Amino acid sequence: MKEILLQIDGKEVKATEGMTVLEAARSADIFIPTLCYHEKLKPYGGCRICTVEVEVRGWTRPVAACLYPVEQDLKVRTRSEKVDRIRKMILELLLAHAPYSIELQNLAQEYGADKDRFEKESSFCILCGLCVRYCAEVKKKHAVGFVKSGAKREISFIPEISSKECWNCKECFPLCGTSYLQAAFVLAESLAFSSASSKNATEK
Amino acid sequence: MPRIDSAAELEELRKGILSKRDPNKPYIAICAGMGCHGLSNDRIITAFEEEVKKQDLKKKVDIRATGCHGFCEKGPIVVIYPEQICYVEVMPGDVPEIVSQTVLGKKVIDRLIYTDPNTGEKAAHQSEIPFYKNQMQHLINNNTKIDPKSIDDYLAIGGYSALSKALLEMSPEQVLEEIKKSNLRGRGGGGFPAGKKWETARNAPGEEKYVIVNSHEGELGAFMDRAIFMGNPHSVLEGLIIGAYAIGSHQGFIYTRHDTPQLKNNIDIALAKAEEYGLLGENILGSGFNFNVEVHFDIGIFVSGESSALMKSIEGKNPEPRAKYIRTSVRGIWEKPSNLNNVETWANVPLIINKGSEWYASIGTERSKGTKLISLSGNIVNTGVAEVPFGTTIREIIYDIGGGIPNGKKLKAVHFGGPMGGSIPESYLDTPLDFDELAELGAPIGAGSMLVLDEDTNMVDVIRFFLDFLSNESCGKCVPCREGIRQMLKIVTNISEGNGREGDIQLLEEISEVAAAASLCALGKTASDPLLSTLRYFRDEYEANIK
Repeated sequence: MKEILLQIDGKEVKATEGMTVLEAARSADIFIPTLCYHEKLKPYGGCRICTVEVEVRGWTRPVAACLYPVEQDLKVRTRSEKVDRIRKMILELLLAHAPYSIELQNLAQEYGADKDRFEKESSFCILCGLCVRYCAEVKKKHAVGFVKSGAKREISFIPEISSKECWNCKECFPLCGTSYLQAAFVLAESLAFSSASSKNATEK
Repeated sequence: MPRIDSAAELEELRKGILSKRDPNKPYIAICAGMGCHGLSNDRIITAFEEEVKKQDLKKKVDIRATGCHGFCEKGPIVVIYPEQICYVEVMPGDVPEIVSQTVLGKKVIDRLIYTDPNTGEKAAHQSEIPFYKNQMQHLINNNTKIDPKSIDDYLAIGGYSALSKALLEMSPEQVLEEIKKSNLRGRGGGGFPAGKKWETARNAPGEEKYVIVNSHEGELGAFMDRAIFMGNPHSVLEGLIIGAYAIGSHQGFIYTRHDTPQLKNNIDIALAKAEEYGLLGENILGSGFNFNVEVHFDIGIFVSGESSALMKSIEGKNPEPRAKYIRTSVRGIWEKPSNLNNVETWANVPLIINKGSEWYASIGTERSKGTKLISLSGNIVNTGVAEVPFGTTIREIIYDIGGGIPNGKKLKAVHFGGPMGGSIPESYLDTPLDFDELAELGAPIGAGSMLVLDEDTNMVDVIRFFLDFLSNESCGKCVPCREGIRQMLKIVTNISEGNGREGDIQLLEEISEVAAAASLCALGKTASDPLLSTLRYFRDEYEANIK
C-alpha cells in the first residue's frame, strides 16, 4: 500500500492510499464529528456533519471527510468559520426532529446551534441510516429500510422479516443516536403481531 | 438484409436506397412527436393512410409519421413535400381535402396555413414561418425527413457516414482530438467539455469501459431530447458508437423514460435495425470494433437523471447519488470508467465528424459552440422546440422565434434550467445564449428549457413551486438537501401567503449557503439557485410580503 502524507490542521499525517480523510484524522487522534459513520459500515455521507475544508492545488472546498479519499500533500482544515457555520446549520435542522438527542445536544453546544431555530417536527429520527445499513451490511437481513423520498423519507421495518429476525438480534438499537429506532421497531412489531394474533383468534 | 462489412458496401446500399427514391414523389410528413401525440395525431395518420388507400395512391404518395417538427403550439403539423407546404392544427376532417387539393392538385389550402397572430401575414411554406425561419437547424431539421422507425430513411439522408469515417479512416485518438477541437460542451446541464470527459474515461485505468446516453430529461419544461431521440434515434446511436470507439468502450447503455413508451419503441427498433445491418454488435462495418447497447428504464424519480444515481439505477440499485470525489468517468457503473452524455450531446457527434471541428467551432460564441435546442414554454405565443446557434440573444429567441408574449402582456422574467436553474428579468433579454454568460447572471442554461413568465407572475410562487417539487424529488439521503429544502419551502410558503417574518430572507440565504456547500449531489447543491436568482432580481416581491 502506497504511503501518503497529508496535513490535517497543520499536522503532518501519514495515511495509506484508499483511506478517507476521516480515517486518516482518527488514526492521528484528530476529532471530526460524525452522526452516520460506523467503522463496520461503508461510508455513507448522509449527515454531512463531518464536512471539512480541503485545499488541493490552492483551491479550497468543503467535502465530507467520511468519503473524501486522501491525496498526497492534501491540506485539511477540520474547523474553520465556514465549516462551523455548516455544522451549526446541520445541527439546527436536525434538532427540529430530535430535540432530545443527547448526541445532538452535545454537538449543539460545541457549535452554538440553537435547538429552537426551526419549528419542531419531532419524528425523533434523523435518517442517519445506521440501523438500515447495519442490518443490510453486517447482518445481511434487510429487516429495516428507507421508504419514500425527499422530505417524506422515513425508516420502516418490514414485518415479514422483522417478526422472524429482530427478536434475537436488536443489535441496531444501541447504534441509534436518538430513541426513534426502538419506537419504530416496537410499532412494527406490534403491528405484525396484532394481525397475527387476531388471525389466530379468528381461527380458534 | 445482408450485413454491411465495409465503407464501400455502406455506400452501395445507400445508392441502392436512393435509386429507388424519386425526390419529386410527394410525401406527407405528419408530426408524431410527443406534443402532437397529445393532440391525437394518430387519428390524422390513420386518416391519411385511409385516404391514400381509398384514392389508390399508395404508389404515388409516401406517408411518413415523423419525429417532432418543433412547432408544438400549432400541432398537429403536416408538411407536404416536395413543396414543403406546412399545415397547422390539422384535423382528421381536413385530410381528404389535403390529399386531393395539395398532394395531387398542388394547390395550397388557405385556411390550413399559418397566420402570424402579430402581423396577420400568412405563410404557406415551412421556411416562411417566423418560428422556423429564424432558427438554425442542424439537428432537428432531419426530423421531418425521416420515419424514425426506418433505418433506410436515415441512410438516405447520409446516416452512418460519420461512423464509417470515424471507424475506417480515423484512429480513436483522432476522433477524440476532433471532438476536443470542436469545443463541444455537454448539453445536459453542466456544460462540461465533452472531449475532456471522453479523454478522462479513455485514460482511466481498466479494460472495461462504458458509454451512456442520458435520456432521462427530468428538467421541468425540457422536451427537446425526446424530440430528437424519438424523431431521429439513429443520429444519437451513431454518436454513441463513435464516442465508444474514441473512448475504447464496447458496451453502451441508454437510460430512458418509463413514461414514454413511444420513445423506447423507436429506440428498440433502431437498435435492432442497426444490429441487423452490422452497424452494431461484432466487427462493425468490418472495422474490427465491437459494440453493444442495452436499454434501461428510469424508475420515475427526478434524481435518477443525476449521473451517479443513474449509474446505480443501471446496476439495479436504488438510484441514490453518491459523492463524486472520484468522477464517474473514472469510476462509474460497477466501478468501471463510465462516460455519460445526454441525448443532444451525442446527436452533435456525427455532425462534428462529418463536417469537421473547424466548421462546428465556427458556429456560436467564443466558449459555447454549435447550436442549442431550446424548449419554449410558459407565457409565450409559440410553445415548442427551437434550434438556434449559441450567441442568439434571449430576446431573439422569445420574440422572433417564440412570437412574444400572448394577450398583450409584458414579459417579466425568463426562467432557465427548471427547478435547479435561475431567472433573469426583462432588462437582461439582450444577453446572448451562452453557457458562461448566463451562468454569471445566475441563470445557467441547464438542459435548455426556457420558461417565459409574463407580468402577472408572482415570482415567490414560482420558487415555492420549484422547492415543493424538489422536496419530493430529493432522494432524502443527505441532511442539507432534505432538511434544507424542507425549511426553505416552509419559509417561502409563508412569504407567498403574506406571512413572512423579519429575518426570513437572511435565513433563506443562510440555508442556501449550507445546502450549496455541503449537499452530497448537484440536486442539493443547486436546489436554492432559483431562489437566489429571484432574491437577486425580484427581492422586492419577497420584501413586500414580510411584516
